[in-house]
Amino acid sequence: MTAVASTTSTDGKGVERTDLVSLTIDGIDVSVPKGTLVIRAAEQIGVQIPRFCDHPLLAPVGACRQCLVEIAMPGPDGELKTMMGPPGRVKPQASCTMPVSEGMQVKTQISSPVADKAQHGVMEQLLINHPLDCPVCDKGGECPLQNQAMTNGRGETRFTEVKRTFPKPINISAQVLLDRERCVLCARCTRFSEQIAGDPFIALVERGALQQVGIYEKEPYRSNFAGNVIQICPVGALTSADYRFRARPFDLVSTPSVAEHDSCGSAIRVDHRRGKPVRRLAGNDPEVNEEWITDKDRFALHYAGQSDRLTHPLVRDEETGELRGASWPEAFALAARGLQAAGTAGVLTGGRLTREDAYAYAKFARVCLGTNDIDFRSRPHSAEEAQFLAARVAGRPMDVTFGALEKATAIVLLGLEPEEEAGALFLRLRKASRASKGRPRIFAVAPFTSRGLGKMKATVVRTAPGAEPAAIEALAHDGELALDGGGVILVGERLATVPGALSAVAVLASQTGAKLAWVPRRAGDRGALDAGCLGGVLPGGRPSADAAARVDVGAVWGIDVTDAPWRDTTGMLTSAAAGRLGALVVAGVDLDDLDDPAGARAAVEAAGFVVSLEIRESAVTRRADVVLPVAPPAEKSGSFMTWEGRVRPFPKVLTGSNAIADVRALAGIADELGRPLGFKTPQGAAAELDELGRWDGVRAADPAVPPASSDGQGDTGSTGSTGATADGVGTRHRMRLTTWKTMVGDGPMQDGDPAYHASGPTPTVLLSETALDALGVVVGEPVQLSTDQGSAVFQVGVGDLDDDVVWAPTSSGGVNLGRDLGAGAGSEVTVSRVQAPAMAASPASPASPASTETTGAS
Amino acid sequence: MLTPVLSDNWDADRAWTLPSYERGGGYRGVRKALRMQPDEVVQLVKDSGLRGRGGAGFPTGMKWGFIPQDNPKPKYLVVNADESEPGTCKDIPLMLASPHTLVEGVIISSYAIRANTAFIYVRGEVLHVVRRLQAAVAEAYAAGYLGKNIEGSGYDLDLVVHVGAGAYICGEETALLDSLEGRRGQPRLRPPFPAVAGLYASPTVINNVESIASVPSIVANGAEWFSSMGTERSKGMTLYSISGHVKRPGQFEAPLGITLRQLLDLAGGVREGHQLKFWTPGGSSTPLLTAEHLDVPLDYEAIGKAGSMLGTKALQIFDETTCVVRAVLRWTEFYKHESCGKCTPCREGTWWMVQVLARLERGQGSETDLEQLLDQCDNILGRSFCALGDGATSPITSSIEYFRDEYLDHLRQGGCPFDPAASTLFATVGADA
Repeated sequence: MTAVASTTSTDGKGVERTDLVSLTIDGIDVSVPKGTLVIRAAEQIGVQIPRFCDHPLLAPVGACRQCLVEIAMPGPDGELKTMMGPPGRVKPQASCTMPVSEGMQVKTQISSPVADKAQHGVMEQLLINHPLDCPVCDKGGECPLQNQAMTNGRGETRFTEVKRTFPKPINISAQVLLDRERCVLCARCTRFSEQIAGDPFIALVERGALQQVGIYEKEPYRSNFAGNVIQICPVGALTSADYRFRARPFDLVSTPSVAEHDSCGSAIRVDHRRGKPVRRLAGNDPEVNEEWITDKDRFALHYAGQSDRLTHPLVRDEETGELRGASWPEAFALAARGLQAAGTAGVLTGGRLTREDAYAYAKFARVCLGTNDIDFRSRPHSAEEAQFLAARVAGRPMDVTFGALEKATAIVLLGLEPEEEAGALFLRLRKASRASKGRPRIFAVAPFTSRGLGKMKATVVRTAPGAEPAAIEALAHDGELALDGGGVILVGERLATVPGALSAVAVLASQTGAKLAWVPRRAGDRGALDAGCLGGVLPGGRPSADAAARVDVGAVWGIDVTDAPWRDTTGMLTSAAAGRLGALVVAGVDLDDLDDPAGARAAVEAAGFVVSLEIRESAVTRRADVVLPVAPPAEKSGSFMTWEGRVRPFPKVLTGSNAIADVRALAGIADELGRPLGFKTPQGAAAELDELGRWDGVRAADPAVPPASSDGQGDTGSTGSTGATADGVGTRHRMRLTTWKTMVGDGPMQDGDPAYHASGPTPTVLLSETALDALGVVVGEPVQLSTDQGSAVFQVGVGDLDDDVVWAPTSSGGVNLGRDLGAGAGSEVTVSRVQAPAMAASPASPASPASTETTGAS
Repeated sequence: MLTPVLSDNWDADRAWTLPSYERGGGYRGVRKALRMQPDEVVQLVKDSGLRGRGGAGFPTGMKWGFIPQDNPKPKYLVVNADESEPGTCKDIPLMLASPHTLVEGVIISSYAIRANTAFIYVRGEVLHVVRRLQAAVAEAYAAGYLGKNIEGSGYDLDLVVHVGAGAYICGEETALLDSLEGRRGQPRLRPPFPAVAGLYASPTVINNVESIASVPSIVANGAEWFSSMGTERSKGMTLYSISGHVKRPGQFEAPLGITLRQLLDLAGGVREGHQLKFWTPGGSSTPLLTAEHLDVPLDYEAIGKAGSMLGTKALQIFDETTCVVRAVLRWTEFYKHESCGKCTPCREGTWWMVQVLARLERGQGSETDLEQLLDQCDNILGRSFCALGDGATSPITSSIEYFRDEYLDHLRQGGCPFDPAASTLFATVGADA
């Protein structure tokens, strides 16, 4: 993408001379790669041609005409001929649509009076119908229209007539507002939606000066990436419901950072004022997220400022049994005392941890607690997965990157729904799928063709939950896919729940030579794995069962590293419930995300001693004996590791915050335990982690778990009560559940952003057309999903699923399938028609919070 | 002086029917062309010197030659029948009177460019024309001129009559293609040009109705016959449509290069008791001319030299009762209404110019407004995305050039010095302003 090269840099490495085209711009010789647009060639010599519709990541359109320049080209006789027309007039050309050609002579506004006048003319035209309400406009102060009107426009208007006006503003979606009279009709927003995100129902409508950005009355503009249109709007026409009228750009402090909402590590910019983040923008990182971020990365930024934010340490009062405020020294001392007294302790961490914090937990477990009982997987997991991660992922060098996806010959998605689970990855996959040549073949083993898979033209290998291992095995022999060393396999964390699936993935990778990457949902998971937050894996991917690896780490830590067997999250909770594990150190774990939320609550309740390190109050902090408040990412420095294995450092954004990082809190406990961590800051932790480096020795073996037999496996016996397929109330069908989290959902890190939530999808279950008919329901009607543990009502939609499979969002609209129905991927659930006639009218309201006996919603 | 070819059969009994058309020798061209090689047909049209009759005058045969025959995609012929230019009235009468002339032209032209599907994109408002076209196409299918294995030649052609929704911009060829594909009619970025990637991203020839309708006569009578008419670089006969303040308005088919003075004679002259004030040579998008241009040959070169364009040869005649400011304002309102909105100069410029002209017509403003108007036009002409914006400036700049004083009269008098009723066609003959 980056078009390097003025004359001074043409002999730099990496630029192939043969591809260069030489031209002059304002009398200066320039050489740029073939195909470069004139507007970008001019940037190479520091000439900024004004523009509105032009965007380097969107296809040229030439609509605004702001970038007109005078161009002469050599004719057949070698004589330069200025482009003319109508008769007798120089015809300046749109530099955003014209590629360079050899010998071209470009005169921009700097050296061509014709171009300068043309640009002034267009700018004046753009302003005649613009309200010039900059003093009250969000964009004022950072507005390309405002800026370029100053640099390339006339000071005074000649327009004394009547401006076009519209009622203002209107909603494009719940979070994107449109002030039509400010719009300069550059079509960046509509082109983004069509070309980048692939989301329909935002388009230009009407004509002439009444042309405007419009939506479709019957279908909403639904996008996980809608916020990008606000950012690329070159005027204040598109604004965010959350940020509108909140601040002036020049009052904001801007800090580059990294998004913490998925494992893509998207570059962002956080703008804050008076100690509060007020908005986030996409950063520009061509190697990672280019210039786009998800709506979650952009809008879910208020969670740390909620009223349940923990501000000071809490300890359980010995007399009252209630939590009370405490000083840090007291809290550290009590935590250390409790852990010591408990004898044995396990460490449960969650996805919000930075690499540095994760490393602190990993070392804390081994050095201070003398245990290998540590697991970062605060979600359904398996021993097979742990072995897969140790063998194939932990400590591996960066092999598959965002950029590599565009060059891959084939891409296989397994247990991964990129549009919902890794947004920047989705956009890159879609970009690859739209390339004019060299498009990778994209295959997905999935229960149905989701919207996201459809948008990247993936070939879907339709697979019922539980049947993935066989489908994965078959991919090795798929002639159409023809997976080989040029291919890439992307594996999602959800595959952990299917016995044999990850074993099959390892075999597939070995057989085909395709590169493999594991794409977890959460920002901290990949880094936690490499930092050693998994019992069998020491920092750098060292197997804890390997003596040499232990010596390696022990040399840095100054201890003999334990080779004790380890328990995973489920194992630790089971042990705690049974009294076999004395204490738990818990950080960033939402118990509702686990396999068995009820069991997890009981286990935490039963544990002898609980230390909780948390940002906000949670089920764990309410039960904990010592609660240590820690900083959210914006209030500490650190780094995340992307699914690629790329380290993404970020600075402390809110420099005024006194909140401490997990690493500091752990160091405090460690000191009290008399076994110091050896560092107290993220920088210290990072330095030691880097010193350890990656393991280059023998790795754990691949898992070899056989697939479960075709029928009996699946859920853990939570269903299977009533065998009736029909009763007097409505048709009921027993089906197998497939589920994942939608991007906009109920996670606590999305709290506090009502407009963002309102723009999310209505919680909807999907059935096949046949299943819908059998149930006697039509799309949009309510259906009930139930198990013997509970039920919930959703709107129903249609997809190309197997007839006995139902998809539901894992945690949306107040319903958490694990918590409320005891159901997860592969569970058997009952789907039934809801009789209440009033329901159909209110699909916009969230599905009723699940509870037993709920059949109607408010 | 007149050379009726296209219009020759317009007075025949039920001229729009197949039997009537065949009686006059219709479809002989098809039979002859199908016995030729496609390239020979292209060469014939090249040799004839036929230039596009839609306004730009681009050589038709050359346009056909641009179609890359090694492109594996299907080729398409699209006939631009979206005639909407103010004053232009030639394609619609032609299709109404003799739709088979066009259908025959479509068959020969499609054969020449090796297209097996052709479209006629008709302006939506002219329902009567649409019906005649559809009936003619149905007749042609029934007679075996369309469909499979035409006249036993092995050549297949399907012809679709597509009805637009009535937007001037859809006469712009790439906007027409977008509209034909079911999108909003807005001009496309070129390159790629339609000859390479047009309809459905396939090689496409887009020609005006009159250009295509001229092809059968060229095939039947030869290139030499055609090029014997007209001037050195503007060959053949063409339809001139004369409207406005003349005694007998209508279509006059004559060789290119005839003068307005000759045509006015044929049309009976300016209406009784009045004199020519100004006229357009080819619709409102061509700069207007005055009585001093009566003897300029009406061909592409001479009209260009006179500072205007031949355009669609829509000669609108205005006599001295007409207020030029008022006429220009009406035209400008048309362009404002029809601007598609894609590019800034046309969208915003027409919005602005209408307001300035309306103010001037009311006698409000000063002479500097004229300079400003000219400057606004300077910022639109050649700056807009397509020619619609260019056309919008023509009446303004040319009227200020020839009638600056009349604009100033409005300002001096604080309003329009003309009686609008006097310029109407139903005004009492000879009535004074």
